[in-house]
Amino acid sequence: MKRWKGALVALASLAFVTNSRMMGAFLGLLFPDIAEPLYPLASPLALFSQHAALAIGASLVAAVIGFLAGVVANFNRGTLRELVLSVGAFAQTVPPVAVLALLVPVLGFGTRPVMLALILYGILPVIHGTAAGLASVPPDALDAAKGLGMGAATRFLRIELPLALPAIAAGIRTSVVINVGTAAIGATMGAGGFGRPIMAGLVQFRTSYVVQGALSAATMAIALDWILAELERWLSLGDSGTAE
Amino acid sequence: MALIEYRGVSKRYGEAWAVHDLDLDIEEGQLVVLIGPSGSGKTTTLRMANRLVEPDSGEVRYAGRPLHSWRPEDLRLGMGYVIQSVGLFPHLSVLENVCTVPRLLGTPRAVAERRADELLHMVGLDPASYRQRRPRQLSGGEAQRVGVARALAADPPVLLMDEPFGAVDPLQRARLQDEFLRIQREIHKTVIFVTHDLDEAVRLADTVVLMRDGRPAQIATPAKLLAEPADDFVRAFVGEDRSLKRLARVDVGGAFRPVSVLRAGERAPEQDASCDGPTHHWVIDGRGKPLGRVKPGDIATPWRTLPTALKPYASLKEALACMLEEGSTVVAVIDDAGVLIGEISLTAIAASSGETGSGGAMELSKTAGTTVPQSIP
Repeated sequence: MKRWKGALVALASLAFVTNSRMMGAFLGLLFPDIAEPLYPLASPLALFSQHAALAIGASLVAAVIGFLAGVVANFNRGTLRELVLSVGAFAQTVPPVAVLALLVPVLGFGTRPVMLALILYGILPVIHGTAAGLASVPPDALDAAKGLGMGAATRFLRIELPLALPAIAAGIRTSVVINVGTAAIGATMGAGGFGRPIMAGLVQFRTSYVVQGALSAATMAIALDWILAELERWLSLGDSGTAE
Repeated sequence: MALIEYRGVSKRYGEAWAVHDLDLDIEEGQLVVLIGPSGSGKTTTLRMANRLVEPDSGEVRYAGRPLHSWRPEDLRLGMGYVIQSVGLFPHLSVLENVCTVPRLLGTPRAVAERRADELLHMVGLDPASYRQRRPRQLSGGEAQRVGVARALAADPPVLLMDEPFGAVDPLQRARLQDEFLRIQREIHKTVIFVTHDLDEAVRLADTVVLMRDGRPAQIATPAKLLAEPADDFVRAFVGEDRSLKRLARVDVGGAFRPVSVLRAGERAPEQDASCDGPTHHWVIDGRGKPLGRVKPGDIATPWRTLPTALKPYASLKEALACMLEEGSTVVAVIDDAGVLIGEISLTAIAASSGETGSGGAMELSKTAGTTVPQSIP
């Protein structure tokens, strides 16, 4: 029970930022001069679900692509690995805003260009986690597995994957946190999310809207980080054995 | 027909030959030790037996069939594999590690686990306290025992061991060797064993293959290798203290003699007039464990520190080392339960050293009838 305390706190703060009454009251305290401090055009819960769908959806796709790319990178520790990591790094160096500008003519406005930009942005940490996790598998354990008669597929599933899992999970976690922050730009394409109150606040000089959007996105990023951290600890439990 | 046959096998890495035109027969039930300087091709030879390394030319046969006609996985499932770094799977418990091969072969979990418990017991680890441990919770010696248990789990006819005791301290190594020898005498596996430690080779081998530049410099029983080195290279490798090394071949079990014992508080009988009675008596506790020695006529009192004691399957070399350590000329011999069953004396060691020196009579039973082909250009 104690282990999951962080995750419980995270869930409680998520409940707080998605509840319109509590969020409204909180913003009222911060901005007593503003009559209606809460963004009125969409409920906090609706903003949350749009934001979550964007960020988590993109991270899931990025996780799958990044994992497969990381596995491929591990086949050949030389050139192929360099190539995969470079492509991943390139995808991350291009700012998502630039990617959006490039994608809109092709995909139009809406969710699709935003998703694609977030996917590209989230792949690299997963590739890194996967490649590092697989590279960290002790070579003597692999030699023993091979010498004892495990085939390549069995070795991968029974030895390499379980040992790499904590590092892969760490990569996915980084990817999710990055994407939750970045998904705010989705509002510029009409994809919704916590970016909407931020944009509206900037345009209308309503600071409370900006604070609402920023605070919610930040809370969500931290909450997911904590929850995934617990998940990661649970995954690596098999490795660390009984707690000392 | 030998179980594993190497015929004209060569393997090169870049410019250097790891193994060059090797002919070698591994007879069924034999413990063959490959030894030699680093780079002499012993590990490559071992790894060709289970296709972890493929020869560039020549042929290896197992059970009469060319190795390349075996599926590598099938071949390896029938050959236990132990390496110096052990290579236990860090995310699995000791029990799961030992169950690896039986589970790969489809043995039901319950059967595999019962077998694993037996094996842990056999390698000297209490199943109840070890089966759920993780590899990182084991000492070097314990991990190596688990490694041996894992290799033996599916009862493979062949065991490939690449410096299995190389990473543990000398004391542990001697104990692991003793125990492995005891196990091998029960299970009679065909073993290929790689080491760079001549003492280990002499202690364990039925046949020693001394490698040089990828081929055997001499193939012989340990006694023959020590007594009749084939050439200057072998002589230099074997070294000067050959009579001392021969002691590693002989077990305490064949040379110890029973003793007279006393409980603490009893008076030891006086030396009789003829002076041919025992020169000392052993003091034991209620369960028969040795507590010390007293001279004839003295009251039996336990020593402040317990006397060193050896199991019957320790070597005479260990016995000699114990004597030098303790500054005495006798060492207690105990059974697995710790009960005193006799003593080994310097005189007995000297006597059996004379015997093995003059032709290795004590070894005939182990090495009779072995013929090993040898190709020296």
